[in-house]
Amino acid sequence: MDAIDFQLIEAIQNGLPICSRPYLQLGKGLSLSEQQVIDRLAALRQQGLVKRLGVIVNHRQLGYRANAMVVLNIPDYNVAEVGGQVSQFSFVNLCYQRPRQGDRWPYNLYFMIHGKSRGRVLNQLDHLLETCSLKQMAREVLFSKQCFKQRGALYKQAPEQII
Amino acid sequence: MDKLDQLIINQLQDGFPIVDSPYRQIAEQLNITEDLLLQRLQQLLDNGILSRFGPMYHAEKMGGALTLAAVKVPEENFEQCCEVINAFPEVAHNYQRDHVLNMWFVLATETPEQITDVIRQIEQQTGLEVFNMPKVNEYFVGLKLEA
Repeated sequence: MDAIDFQLIEAIQNGLPICSRPYLQLGKGLSLSEQQVIDRLAALRQQGLVKRLGVIVNHRQLGYRANAMVVLNIPDYNVAEVGGQVSQFSFVNLCYQRPRQGDRWPYNLYFMIHGKSRGRVLNQLDHLLETCSLKQMAREVLFSKQCFKQRGALYKQAPEQII
Repeated sequence: MDKLDQLIINQLQDGFPIVDSPYRQIAEQLNITEDLLLQRLQQLLDNGILSRFGPMYHAEKMGGALTLAAVKVPEENFEQCCEVINAFPEVAHNYQRDHVLNMWFVLATETPEQITDVIRQIEQQTGLEVFNMPKVNEYFVGLKLEA
């Protein structure tokens, strides 16, 4: 990644132009041809620096008001396998292993379910736990009550989708 | 939001092509004109149904760092503590959750060292212990929400 890639990333971080030839438009501000913009963006995506281009929805506006973070304590030897199983469910949005915080917070597998109601989310979770034989595992379900801050991704900073 | 808006949202959550005329390509797949797509997309952004249209970066590959952190905030200090934490530009988002660990936020910094630094500052300013839970493994990231 070179200085021009950084300029390109900076130019698109607030959004792609909404016009017939967006990459031509972007190139104008950077003294790049349309093809150069396309090649560079494709390379950034290929290298995984840009995970994807597309839209991020405002999930509350779409009616997804119940957002549950589920945490489980899974033995370390098994966590990758369980993480893989959990990720197969279409209603699971994100799934990560994170470090336990001692006895006070002994959970190491985290996943999110975004749904339109708490009841529905809890039913989905119940189905998942049953199917994966996880009902006996220590767990907690934390619904979000309020979102205080949610900013867009700046290239030096966070994507929306981490918790 | 009508049926067409829903189709557009669902289609664009799967990704956006990197070709000369990407909107035309999407419009053809949806069987509508490019102009109509551009117009609807702009509307969806203007009215806040879409929060963003653009790239999702891989923060760590870009040299940056991310972590998920949480604090147990006493009820009576909640608002004040929220203000202190949100004032940090490194706090990308912050959710209240119904648990004793009631405030959950994501830190995003330009370098991994800054995570430790910001956590220390938050602990100093709030007097609370910050639980730091950076990801160890990522099994799935696919936040597609059917419209």
